[in-house]
Amino acid sequence: MITPDRTVHTTCPYCGVGCQIDLHIKNEMVYRVDGRFDNDVNNGKLCVKGRFGYDYIHAPDRLTQPLIRNDKVSGFTPASWENVLDTVATRLWETRDKYGPDSIAILTSAKCTNEENYLLQKFARAVIGTNNVDHCARL
Amino acid sequence: MTNSIHDIPQADVLLVTGSNTTEAHPVLALQMKKAVRQHGAKLLLIDPRRIELADFAYLHLRHKPGTDVALFNAMAHAIIAHGWANERFIAERTEGFAALKEALADWPPERAAVITGVRARDIVAAAQLYAQASNGAIFWAMGITQHTSGTDNVKALSNLALLTGHIGRPGTGLNPLRGQNNVQGACDMGGLVNVYPGYQPVTSEEVRRKFAAGWDVPFESLSPTVGLTVTEIMQGVLDGRIHAIYIMGENPMLSDPNLNHVEEALRAVDFLVVQDIFLNETAELADVILPAASFAEKGGTFTSTERRVQMVRPAFDPPGVARQDWQIITELANRLGHNWHYDSPAEIFAEMAGLTPQYAGMNHARLEQDGLQWPCPTPEHPGTPVLHTSQFSRGLGLFCPVAYRPPAEETDEEYPFILSTGRILFHWHGGTMSRRSPGLEAMAPEAEVEINPADAACLGVTTGDWVSVASRRGEVLAAAKVTRRSPKGTVFMTFHYAEAAVNLLTIDAVDPTAKIPEYKVCAVKVNKATFVAAASAASNDDKSPTTNN
Repeated sequence: MITPDRTVHTTCPYCGVGCQIDLHIKNEMVYRVDGRFDNDVNNGKLCVKGRFGYDYIHAPDRLTQPLIRNDKVSGFTPASWENVLDTVATRLWETRDKYGPDSIAILTSAKCTNEENYLLQKFARAVIGTNNVDHCARL
Repeated sequence: MTNSIHDIPQADVLLVTGSNTTEAHPVLALQMKKAVRQHGAKLLLIDPRRIELADFAYLHLRHKPGTDVALFNAMAHAIIAHGWANERFIAERTEGFAALKEALADWPPERAAVITGVRARDIVAAAQLYAQASNGAIFWAMGITQHTSGTDNVKALSNLALLTGHIGRPGTGLNPLRGQNNVQGACDMGGLVNVYPGYQPVTSEEVRRKFAAGWDVPFESLSPTVGLTVTEIMQGVLDGRIHAIYIMGENPMLSDPNLNHVEEALRAVDFLVVQDIFLNETAELADVILPAASFAEKGGTFTSTERRVQMVRPAFDPPGVARQDWQIITELANRLGHNWHYDSPAEIFAEMAGLTPQYAGMNHARLEQDGLQWPCPTPEHPGTPVLHTSQFSRGLGLFCPVAYRPPAEETDEEYPFILSTGRILFHWHGGTMSRRSPGLEAMAPEAEVEINPADAACLGVTTGDWVSVASRRGEVLAAAKVTRRSPKGTVFMTFHYAEAAVNLLTIDAVDPTAKIPEYKVCAVKVNKATFVAAASAASNDDKSPTTNN
């Protein structure tokens, strides 16, 4: 029997039911996921995705550093955060100056947290100045 | 959902339509099964496909895809005609009944039978079952909404609930099941073109003044113009109106309709930024890719389908130099001349709650134990498990007569099959997460086309054969799965597989109000695919498929 180094209580990232889960972690890897019993949502139960669908967290092809390219045909090259954030800020501002705020569109995410969604729509509305902010709620 | 997951077993009739609940919301479906098996509830299933829930159904109506309004109107007609309506509820809690009754006069079940393919007496039986329940609860998912008549479909269901008074009590209600972990929250947070957080309209000067003050920006800087939706944004690129797109945690190159069109737009846009955890199909077209954190590496909250706001807690640091999404956005805002200071997601939540009435009484500390269901207007408020108990948001419930409109694309001689798309148990959405699990992938490794045995016989196709599915917009190859789940004349595919991207086929016709694409109905042709070995030294990789007409 493996003893976890730590157990983290969180919310399942798959469908919208909101099952409460425990991530059991050993050597910085999730090795087991259980449904928590202390709630009225899933009361210990989980589906096959909610129990076994976590390999992606540790997938070798996770993005680990910013990537940039000069044109649509060349390959991506790694870059520093300073470099890419400056580039994004500059390009967005140039676009806004040249074509107006409504020439920029922003997609928030049904997979990200409330806090991140709140912040990105605030970015669209208060920083860029557009209501072109949507996500794949319909999809 | 107007109601809560744990009160489902209190219903004695469950009307489930356009939701393959056991596959798309499996744990919620357990409550439905419990209601049927342990509490004797009757399940009224209204779905063209013979999904697993059919095994639990008291009555299963298999209507022609896209004819929902006709069916629900005829049920409403029968409820009124047979005196099964809840007259007291109609008198006390609703308005517009006279107009509805007049409109429904045109919808005898016999007329709907012709359109839907469901026998009139089954429509009447369904109406009676739901109307005469002590507590009737309606559940739906994208099978109702992903139509050009999606908004009308929901209004027609709402009419049924208002006619019978099955709303505002445990075990009743109108319960849309949300398909993504935080799609409810993304909407609540104003990730929509027409509303700020809390569904406060961007067109209202009062609302804009409130947010300008809350965000400490000039009132004039906030746009009063409703923005462009995802589908409109892609067209906007091609029209020359959109020049830059910033995408956080979405993969429109797999999830949007008519993918060839999306690809054309994303290749054409001057500047594309993608903030994600994988180099997905959309990121491959980006100019800049920002590496972000997965759910296991971040703190914050998700809001579930029952409006319950629950904590997400970090277990790891993001890999490499990847960062939290909120930190990336804050850095960008400050580079663009703003002065944002957040030390934690809890601080962001506090600012949001101050501007969002439904969340006003919440903070991270209060959410630690069981979460809270909105609306939760004050710090003492216990949250709201059941909506509309004594009145509706607008006061009285409004009956909305709805007219039947056929789907945007109907079958014809060249494209004789209806294609409907959805999910299976083992995968989720674009497959970015679930397909990286070897266990899940082993259970469902390849795209399948579910096809009725009669249709398969006509095409000379058996399970495992490769078939070509083609619409006016594109073609994909996938393995046939001959099954009675699919009604005759309808094939079903999922959108989980990038190598057989079903959205190359789907139509980008949208509901005029909700702008949701019609994923549940488009016209396709299906043919057995044959593989012709190319040249003499052909390896497996060189085989090129051709279709056998």
